[in-house]
Amino acid sequence: MSDLKTTPLTELHESLGAKMVPFAGYSMPVQYPLGIMKEHTHTREKAGLFDVSHMGQVILRGESYEAVANAFEKLVPMDVLGLSEGRQRYGLFTNDAGGIEDDLMFANRGDHLFVVVNAACKDADIARMKAALEPEISVEPVTDRALVALQGPAAEAALEALVPGVAAMKFMDVATLDYAGAELWISRSGYTGEDGYEISVPEAVAAQFASALLEQPDVEAIGLGARDSLRLEGGLCLYGHDIDTETRPFEAALGWAIQKVRRPDGDRAGGFPGADAVFADLGGNAPRKRVGLKPEGRAPMREGVVLYAAAEGGAPIGTITSGGFGPTVGGPVAMGYVTAEHAALETQIFGELRGKRVPVTVAKLPFVAANFKR
Amino acid sequence: MKYTEEHEWLQVEGEIVTVGITAHAAEQLGDVVFVELPEVGSEVSKDDEIVVIESVKAASDILAPLDGEVVEVNEAIVDAPSKVNDDPEGEAWFFKLKVSDMSPMDDYMDEAGYKDFIG
Repeated sequence: MSDLKTTPLTELHESLGAKMVPFAGYSMPVQYPLGIMKEHTHTREKAGLFDVSHMGQVILRGESYEAVANAFEKLVPMDVLGLSEGRQRYGLFTNDAGGIEDDLMFANRGDHLFVVVNAACKDADIARMKAALEPEISVEPVTDRALVALQGPAAEAALEALVPGVAAMKFMDVATLDYAGAELWISRSGYTGEDGYEISVPEAVAAQFASALLEQPDVEAIGLGARDSLRLEGGLCLYGHDIDTETRPFEAALGWAIQKVRRPDGDRAGGFPGADAVFADLGGNAPRKRVGLKPEGRAPMREGVVLYAAAEGGAPIGTITSGGFGPTVGGPVAMGYVTAEHAALETQIFGELRGKRVPVTVAKLPFVAANFKR
Repeated sequence: MKYTEEHEWLQVEGEIVTVGITAHAAEQLGDVVFVELPEVGSEVSKDDEIVVIESVKAASDILAPLDGEVVEVNEAIVDAPSKVNDDPEGEAWFFKLKVSDMSPMDDYMDEAGYKDFIG
């Protein structure tokens, strides 16, 4: 009927009554019968299971972890070499202009680096890594595994019941643990602002594993709709919306992801694509900044809404890049870029909605406090 | 009860037409989080966009089904938009129009016609 790709969990989604939509070339569940609002709230209060098998899983191998890390640092402005075994970090691929080609997670798994990239970018990311790293480093896309996320305060207990040992993990730890004779690659991380895990599971046992999680009393299946509202309240960027090839890391308020050792005075300063352009934004020189935005009233302000300094007249000062209703906040929330002089917290600006300028306040991110197990 | 292709239901009592959205439309929209209603007393023309309705997923409009004057709006759904999902064809009506020319009503579907329309 279509040439959309499926995941090892597609049949399970359909049996649960999911509404399936095309997303990054895959047929994915946007919501289940519970509905986006209740799925969102359930994840914040109990635990939600997400299928994120469309994302790209890639293994990088070389002579040693150090060899892989040194090579990978040519592509990302992060401290890869200094990442301890069993730990994960957030990263960015940059281009020659300092723009962001994708955001990713990478983990030191002892003898190799495990990388997870966005679905829509994965082909380009794999090509980029192959071109830059081969033949010294092998770039191996993992195509026989599903990827699921279990998120929320009840995630720990639900997963521990099936996979003893996960409760001892801390935020951004990674571990290999057994389930039904299969190897799970687990990290304590996620994309909701809640505590939880991301789990790479061999496709042969993926449906059995997901069903076993859903049989736990506090776990519900959650679709892409609630994933978006959860990450928005969590202040987390969506690639292609809040960050893209035109946005640089410090503009995007992602400077925290660039460790000292890669900054201008660090031991391994620069050496990644666009380093000069990225560092030119240091010291408050970024011309614009990604900020949280809280629209007044109840009307959601979505991606594309144009921002102004005043209630009337004047040129635009920015644009909303993600926005909608925040079920936990109980009102509209958004993120966007504004010029540097309007980026301070509590600055009052305006968003144009159906021809009317509605007050918007620059607000602290995240909108809902993160609930990680540090 | 009559139905439009925009998934509105129209209930006629004398010269007053009460307008809401169908259960099918509410289900398609998903959780409704915001409703903006026209002002009481405003004169509207058929196909004017007079209501904004936003769900967690998207924004959409509701069109005036007939020429008329808005005589009453349902403020309860502005305060609690989720009522639109809970009881779309009952408590969660949107507005009432005072209509002088009811003839366009003949063009709208009856219940059987609407059921065929949504398949």
